[in-house]
Amino acid sequence: MTLAAGGPVSDDRMVVAENVHKSYGRVEVLRGIDLEVRRGEVMCVVGPSGSGKSTFLRCVNHLEKINAGRLWVNGQLMGYREKGGRLHELRESEVAAQRRDIGMVFQRFNLFPHMTALGNVMEAPVQVKGEPRAQARERAMRLLERVGLADKANSLPDQLSGGQQQRVAIARALAMQPSLMLFDEPTSALDPELVGEVLDVMKDLARDGMTMIVVTHEMGFAREVGDSLVFMDGGVVVERGTPAEVLSAPRRERTRSFLSKVL
Amino acid sequence: MTSQRDSRTSEPPVPAQSPPDPIKAVPVRHPGRWVAAAVIVVLAAMFVHMLVTNEAFQWAFVFENMFAEPVLIGVRTTLLLTVLAMLIGVALGVVIAVMRLSSNPVLSGMAWLYTWFFRAVPRLVLAVLFGNLGILYQQIEFGLPFDNYWMPLLGLEGDARVFSLDARTFLSGFMAGLLALALSEGAYMSEIVRAGLQSVDKGQTEAAQALGMNRSKVLRRITLPQALRVIVPPTGNETVAMLKDTALVAYVPVTTELFFQLSAIGSRTFQLFPMLVAACLWYLAITSLFMIGQYFLERTFGQRGARAGVGGRLLSGGGGRG
Ligand SMILES: Nc1ncnc2c1ncn2[C@@H]1O[C@H](COP(=O)(O)OP(=O)(O)O)[C@@H](O)[C@H]1O
Ligand SMILES: [Mg+2]
Repeated sequence: MTLAAGGPVSDDRMVVAENVHKSYGRVEVLRGIDLEVRRGEVMCVVGPSGSGKSTFLRCVNHLEKINAGRLWVNGQLMGYREKGGRLHELRESEVAAQRRDIGMVFQRFNLFPHMTALGNVMEAPVQVKGEPRAQARERAMRLLERVGLADKANSLPDQLSGGQQQRVAIARALAMQPSLMLFDEPTSALDPELVGEVLDVMKDLARDGMTMIVVTHEMGFAREVGDSLVFMDGGVVVERGTPAEVLSAPRRERTRSFLSKVL
Repeated sequence: MTSQRDSRTSEPPVPAQSPPDPIKAVPVRHPGRWVAAAVIVVLAAMFVHMLVTNEAFQWAFVFENMFAEPVLIGVRTTLLLTVLAMLIGVALGVVIAVMRLSSNPVLSGMAWLYTWFFRAVPRLVLAVLFGNLGILYQQIEFGLPFDNYWMPLLGLEGDARVFSLDARTFLSGFMAGLLALALSEGAYMSEIVRAGLQSVDKGQTEAAQALGMNRSKVLRRITLPQALRVIVPPTGNETVAMLKDTALVAYVPVTTELFFQLSAIGSRTFQLFPMLVAACLWYLAITSLFMIGQYFLERTFGQRGARAGVGGRLLSGGGGRG
């Protein structure tokens, strides 16, 4: 992979965000995000509702186009090609190819309701990568086993509990063998007693060295698993540090007042 | 786990209570319902009595002609028109709905224009119009457009037309009638398909895109199968409506069509009324047949079907269950 002049050289950084701006109409949602995520790092993102956490994640895999700044994942500029000092939009198929390297897990699971758990996990490898069905099925079964749901392979999403659905959703994302996983409040829609099973799967992933950006309100998870913690508010990164630093000794007043409400 | 179970067994269990006597209450009486039912039964009896005793029906004549050969050919034409017009209409509807939802303003504008035109003009008028399109074009030709302008400019002779059809032969009654019905159906179906596609949660598209699917895969594998739940029931109604609207192609004119045949017998024998009754009976019979088909389609693709994954599997050829 050759990189355009000015882009970050391929190094141990998985995600590089440089002054990322995003607005909807006249509403500026992201107002200059600078972030770096190293390979194997688990970065947790916290912040009040509406601070732009979901929007940032959606910019990372180019579900949203950014208005200014640059965003690289795995050394690739997301959504654009820099040529002759100008940015050219990538074609739809090229954007789709970039997204294959990034798994995403949603707050509302978004499993495909017309397919079984196994069907959900097999779908992208078969349809997108053109993997042979038998091979995809075998890998999908191993992934379902890994998230503890081998016995639910033939269940439809609405026959599963929220926690089980979210674990299938994680398996579905992993099936594309991504090098980066994005989690957008993966446990926020779950009954309290189901949160643990999803966090356990995520901890397991982190131990395996997966690079993860996790938007969450689970401070215990951030403290235990996170390598870094980012506090966002009003579309900017207010504070960044290790979870212990930010949670125990926040430097900014805004961070302190937010944490006093959620801790 | 074991310690938990131990601590539970050491506690005395909370006993369930045995139920008291089941409730036997006097139900509420509905005298109004009984009166209404009696009135309706009497009216129905009067109607049947009239059907049987009124000479004007001439039942023997009705049944004798209902199965005459030209009428049976008419039934075949009507069925064929309905099925073909619906097949083309549904396919067209999907294409136009997708165009309409496209972010390309030219495509969505064209789709809007199409729907606007074909929903505004009555089918009867369309049928007559298509029957007369031969006036506009003697020949229907396929090739590069505007060749009569640019070929001379380039100093070329001849034309750039690949092949041509005689309009009068191609737009023979049946074709003209079929086109009128199918194009008009495309407009209605596009609205139904659009509503179906829009009923699918946007999170579905996002999840599919995040997995690296392109737009056509998302449509084929994810959105359309889920939209069927909303699309199929009104499509059944459209089919029944189409069956009845095939009578309009008599004005193209298509002479082999069911209603034309029956009214022709009626005019010839000066017994129009029994033939109208025969037409009613035929349309009732075919509609009932369609309704049975609709029932099974809805069971497969409808509410329960979509949830059980059948719709998606049938449409996409076996993706659902591993
Ligand atoms: N598609 C959209 N159109 C307009 N405004 C949006 C859209 N998506 C998000 N927003 C706005 O952007 C802000 C940030 O949203 P979001 O990123 O979802 O915040 P968070 O995930 O931190 O709660 C909110 O004020 C929200 O109303
Ligand atoms: Mg959010």
